[in-house]
Amino acid sequence: MSTPNVRTSQAAQQPSGAAFIFKKALISALVALVLFSLMIGVRTEAGNQGGLIYWTRFDDLAAMVAAVFGGSIVVELLRQWLGPVDKEKLVPPVVRSATALAGRWIAPALLIFTFLVPVIFYDQRYILDLAILVLTYVMLGWGLNVVVGLAGLLDLGYVAFYAVGAYSYALLATNFGLSFWVCLPLAGILAAFWGVLLGFPVLRLRGDYLAIVTLAFGEIIRLVIINWQSLTGGPNGVSGIPRPTFFGIPLDNSDDGLAAKLGIEFSPTHRVVFLFYLILAMALLTNWVTIRLRRLPIGRAWEALREDEVACRALGINTTTTKLTAFATGAMFGGFAGAFFATRQGFISPESFTFQESALVLAIVVLGGMGSQLGVALAALAMIGGFELFRGLDQYRMLVFGIAMVLLMIWRPRGLIGHRAPTVFLEKSQAISSDLVKEGHG
Amino acid sequence: MDYFAQQLINGLVLGSIYGLIAIGYTMVYGIVGMINFAHGDIFMIGGFIALISFLVLVSFGLTAIPVILLLVLLVSMAVTALYGWTIERIAYRPLRHSFRLAPMLSAIGMSFVLTNFSQVSQGARVKPVPPIITGGHTLHEGSQGFAVQLSNIQIVVVLTTLVLLALFTWIVSRTRLGRDMRACEQDQTMAALLGVDVDRTISMTFVIGAALAAVAGMMYLLYYGLVDFFMGFVAGIKAFTAAVLGGIGSLPGAMLGGLAIGLIETFWSAYFSVEYKDVAAFSILIVVLIFMPTGLLGRPEVEKV
Repeated sequence: MSTPNVRTSQAAQQPSGAAFIFKKALISALVALVLFSLMIGVRTEAGNQGGLIYWTRFDDLAAMVAAVFGGSIVVELLRQWLGPVDKEKLVPPVVRSATALAGRWIAPALLIFTFLVPVIFYDQRYILDLAILVLTYVMLGWGLNVVVGLAGLLDLGYVAFYAVGAYSYALLATNFGLSFWVCLPLAGILAAFWGVLLGFPVLRLRGDYLAIVTLAFGEIIRLVIINWQSLTGGPNGVSGIPRPTFFGIPLDNSDDGLAAKLGIEFSPTHRVVFLFYLILAMALLTNWVTIRLRRLPIGRAWEALREDEVACRALGINTTTTKLTAFATGAMFGGFAGAFFATRQGFISPESFTFQESALVLAIVVLGGMGSQLGVALAALAMIGGFELFRGLDQYRMLVFGIAMVLLMIWRPRGLIGHRAPTVFLEKSQAISSDLVKEGHG
Repeated sequence: MDYFAQQLINGLVLGSIYGLIAIGYTMVYGIVGMINFAHGDIFMIGGFIALISFLVLVSFGLTAIPVILLLVLLVSMAVTALYGWTIERIAYRPLRHSFRLAPMLSAIGMSFVLTNFSQVSQGARVKPVPPIITGGHTLHEGSQGFAVQLSNIQIVVVLTTLVLLALFTWIVSRTRLGRDMRACEQDQTMAALLGVDVDRTISMTFVIGAALAAVAGMMYLLYYGLVDFFMGFVAGIKAFTAAVLGGIGSLPGAMLGGLAIGLIETFWSAYFSVEYKDVAAFSILIVVLIFMPTGLLGRPEVEKV
């Protein structure tokens, strides 16, 4: 896996020139022709009599092959123009100090801007909704970061805890009439409980065995939710989930609503703004707890576990409790986010808790640079915001999203922010490249 | 007893399909050390290619079913193998020496690409095909009017799987390519120093894995009579579960795991409830891993500091 690249010498002296580029593009086009000839050239559809009909689309096929031909010429030219990728790039001191300055101020600036979002965009409901969505994913990312980024346990089923939180709130509120503020801690506790429950069987597992068990766990939770119709409503989901209240005061236009009590005119935007600050507070709480935990013995133990489990055990760290607390903490934040999701939507169904969600949150954590809190926030903004930008593309949206995910990983395999401040240091804190840190080892 | 025998046959057939997909997972894992999340979608693409090439061949006027099926098998293996090769080239090779999670996420992205590519290019509706291989044999006439059936398609699926497994075992254990693959699995740097073309070997691993998945896709199409763009996900995680259950990296383990998952699923549906068959398969995986953390046939990882 981490074998040094023996064959770099060959890559360094790649031929250039028009003939080479042309040949390469021709091969790419040929491959594309074979790949797409059946999938794009022929379109199948179930006919009216139950049989299959098909028609050909050779113009689309020709367009695709031409696009691949042109695209591969452009890519090859770009690559020769940019030079070898693996080279360490020399950064002028001015630029370096500028980025260092930006690095120091970007987090506070972003935080202040986030606080002002409801003020600036008060009239734009769409932007507020999008901001709430982004913050939900920021919170999920920070929660998963505890498990993957800090403790190095690869979790592919994080959405299970999100689902547990959402369903806990939805079922407690609709069946027993409990308020959001009572259910929120309950949802967190229940999710943490499930986190420990998942943690037990996986204690001895490593790496990819861990990955499949967490994935299986996520699927089990989803399948149980779908099939246990008497409790969860099955695929129809739970509807009529109560909206959150301002500590008991409803946010509606009734006589005892918040607007009436404050003597201001009611507006539906109040609730959106309230939800925005609610999720912001919850996300910041996640961030604050994570930062504080990293300085406690348990946080240090997580990071030690990530770096080397055997050494950890030799030093007398109890790996069992370390892993279980990591799972429980991460799961608890997932549960909080789930309860928020349920109260914001007012309706939840198993469709919201598929593997795609887990993959998306994991992508946010990895793109964020694993363990970097700011990176996770920026990655969530980029992924969710970018996904919204392509809303007009309709059915091509997930396709573009997948392509973007592959390209981003190739471009920055270490994430957007590949550096981070070490937790423990001698005399002077020095940012270390994340190449030096092992992650997701299990 | 008859009911049991019937379910045993059904489970073995389903298990063969899972096993063929699982081999692709386990092979890639053994050599490159990554979970190829796009493999389930390769299986789906294989099913689609088989469907489309079947339609095209029939419209060309071919009528001999065995000839058509053989051609469809070859076409779908070849084209799907090219998909596997291209995906490795585009999405995984640039990340070969990167840290562990990068290729895995790239693979998840690739899986989204393939799923949505086939949705966009072939539509979201389920594509049914009329049964192509029909007929069967009654093995045993039961007392309560229940007969144990062995249909011809089930024979075809199991026989094809056996032939391919024999061919595959021969490739891995007897040929130059197989030796290169085993060398790369043990130590890529050392293999490269001894003159093994590591890049080519890894490419071939993906090609073989994709070809086997294509066969599984075609068998699925023939057996269940339908394909749709989303079938890769569930089949993929089942096959991956099978690979892990058998011990990831172990080739006989993948087949064994596939059969085990197929049997568990079938028997659970037959005797308990259809809804919870996937829950049962995943739960048994978790239970097995608690007691055997490296799967049924996996080698324990020796760890050094």
